[in-house]
Amino acid sequence: MNKYVAAIALIIVFIFMFLTATYMHPFGEPENQDMDQYMIENAQNETGANNVVTSVVFDYRGYDTLGEATVLFTAVMGVLVVYKKTRKGGE
Amino acid sequence: MIPMSKIVRTITNILYVFIIGFGFYVIIHGHLTPGGGFQGGAVVASAFALLAVAYGRKKIVSMLNKEHLSVAEISGLLAFICLAFLGLGTVFFFNFLAVGRSIPVFSNTPAGINPGDLNTAGILPLMNIAVGVEVLSALGVVILTMFLGFKEGK
Repeated sequence: MNKYVAAIALIIVFIFMFLTATYMHPFGEPENQDMDQYMIENAQNETGANNVVTSVVFDYRGYDTLGEATVLFTAVMGVLVVYKKTRKGGE
Repeated sequence: MIPMSKIVRTITNILYVFIIGFGFYVIIHGHLTPGGGFQGGAVVASAFALLAVAYGRKKIVSMLNKEHLSVAEISGLLAFICLAFLGLGTVFFFNFLAVGRSIPVFSNTPAGINPGDLNTAGILPLMNIAVGVEVLSALGVVILTMFLGFKEGK
């Protein structure tokens, strides 16, 4: 019984995946290209960086990077709290 | 953990300088080549991990100081936030060094395909350095804390 249920579920999932794969866009042609084109054309002029990825990460999306750095800081604080000795002789 | 064999320690003595140097290269050239603060900091922290594994707990305590690394981590994050606030005359995270080009720091303008000039990109190199210092000391603190947290093998 379980085998049949698993097989039917697998077939349904496969059909959905296959249909989704047939509807996919061609590679390299996303639907909305305005933002990408703007960054590729103007990043070097506006930020002066050769590396467009860095100019996106630290300039256009700098707020996101601030969040990432804060997440790392919070993770380190968590590690320090977990490994803190609370009692004499305890761990 | 006990230190590893003399072979491993000798190779570590040769290699760790190059690993740290490569990490700082990735950090400083973040606006020209692939990589940046996060990646370069992780490379430097991997050199710390190599030292910790090769030398064991007794010598690593004298090599790396956890308090100093904590201070470096906090100052890196603070430098990043202060750099973001410096552009607040226009907006948060405004690249004030690259747009007006009135202050001659990192202010050259590259055009088209060029071999790369370190003196460009405004506040991006400074932010890369700040984030790099933060990441390398944060991962160093994590490595040291977890490494010293283990009990001595008997």
